[in-house]
Amino acid sequence: MLIELKDIRHVYNLDDPVVALENINLEITQGEFIGLIGHTGSGKSTLVQLLNGLLQPTAGQVFFQGQDINADRASLQDIRKKIGLVFQYPEHQLFEETVAEDVAFGPKNVGLSREEREKRVKEALQLVGLDYEEFKDRSPFNLSGGQQRRVAIAGVLALKPEVLILDEPSAGLDPEGRQKLLDLLVYLHQELNLTIILISHRMEEVARLASRVVVMDQGKIALEGTPAEVFNRGEDLKKMDLDLPVLTQILTDLKARGLPVRTDIFSLEKARDEILAGLKKIEKSRESKTC
Amino acid sequence: MLTDITIGQYIPGKSIVHRMDPRIKILITLIKITILFLIDTFWGFGLFLLLVVGILLAAKLPIKRVLRGLKPVFFLVILTLVLHLFLTRGGEVLWQWGFLRIEEAGVFTGFFMVARILLLIMFTSILTLTTSPLELTDGIEYLLKPLARFGLPAGELAMMMTIALRFIPTLLEEAEKIMKAQQARGADFESGNIIQRAKALIPLLVPLFISAFRRADELALAMESRCYRGGSNRTRLHELQLKKSDLILFFLAVIIAVFISFF
Repeated sequence: MLIELKDIRHVYNLDDPVVALENINLEITQGEFIGLIGHTGSGKSTLVQLLNGLLQPTAGQVFFQGQDINADRASLQDIRKKIGLVFQYPEHQLFEETVAEDVAFGPKNVGLSREEREKRVKEALQLVGLDYEEFKDRSPFNLSGGQQRRVAIAGVLALKPEVLILDEPSAGLDPEGRQKLLDLLVYLHQELNLTIILISHRMEEVARLASRVVVMDQGKIALEGTPAEVFNRGEDLKKMDLDLPVLTQILTDLKARGLPVRTDIFSLEKARDEILAGLKKIEKSRESKTC
Repeated sequence: MLTDITIGQYIPGKSIVHRMDPRIKILITLIKITILFLIDTFWGFGLFLLLVVGILLAAKLPIKRVLRGLKPVFFLVILTLVLHLFLTRGGEVLWQWGFLRIEEAGVFTGFFMVARILLLIMFTSILTLTTSPLELTDGIEYLLKPLARFGLPAGELAMMMTIALRFIPTLLEEAEKIMKAQQARGADFESGNIIQRAKALIPLLVPLFISAFRRADELALAMESRCYRGGSNRTRLHELQLKKSDLILFFLAVIIAVFISFF
């Protein structure tokens, strides 16, 4: 077990308590791609901050590779190296004079040598699709929004984390930027074997990428399962103010109107084939009736 | 941690202190602060503390929260105390070790200054905790109005203050977010000596300033697109009106102030 959350409860502001998380039990294995969804204020962001020790749970324990991460404050640095967290609008954390220095901030903090840092920066920038020679000496503040976001993500990747957590990484990006980002996530997951936890409001992203979906509602885990299992429960999701992926919605509606299609399809091409196949089936049955 | 700072945080309520006219509250606060700097006996400070506690109770404020607001000045308080203890001369020598010497006057002024700082912060935080930022700046604007004749832009000043107060909690929240983001990249804000810590703040301060400027830009745009214009012809939705109880409380406060200053 890579990450294990045990009976987590988290309360903000002890004077005027707000329960953010209650009774959370979650296990994450190496190589999973978790999609974390939930309405605003459901506790997603709190949950991921517990995972690398930025917040300490009010009760319960967080284990990483079998070790209680809050048992020893000194080892937190090590945990943060292994669990990379990309916050919402990560470009707001850029501060250095050049792109290369900003990306090197993490590696510098964990005490890597100059050569190693430069190597990491090159690799990280390459991963996010920015040319090292072209961008290294530019000021991060003169880049476009999408480029800034990629530099910020490179800043986390430069630590070579084993787990990557991203909080709404595609928010505010144009369609092209979003697609590039999702491609990057797929690459990190499949080629570099990173465990990924993705918080997103875009159900399409989650449905397409995640191997497991965790749904949070009012500080609790409300649903959990494969995308097909979770998005099969449209009614429950609606009660939690969550949408279905557009494709699932279309397929479900078509099915309700009598078209024989499966609803657990999350890619456009396959959905098209499924609908065409469904239409053919209907035609066939009509032909056999008229004959 | 950062959210411990109580200045600029308003706790809504319906207590008698909350309902007082903001102008009166500001005036009373000014008078009390003046008094605070005139007091120089233990009795005086004791009475003043009693007064502060009394108002806290009347305002039904969580005392813990007010006390927590004192935490950020802890360093300043200790520094004041130490400087006075060792540097202020006068009276009997109480303790001596080499060139270090503590004298009676140092002990007294040291503790008095500390009491002053703490009570000052407590009293002013009562004002901001019980008065919404809007009321507060309304009050200040009214009080500054007479000075407009001498070219003081009272309305603009008040608007600037409203905005500043309004954005303190927002910026604190932002600071905490950036801090966490940098911590996630292995930044360490909590250990090391003073110079290391100051240096560690750069990754926090640069993004914070940038975001403050961005917010300012956006706010200015939003205000202009709603046709905000400063100047003297602005009217207001809620006119402040003095109530009888406000006047009574004001005179009561003056009497208490005079009384305390006699000790």
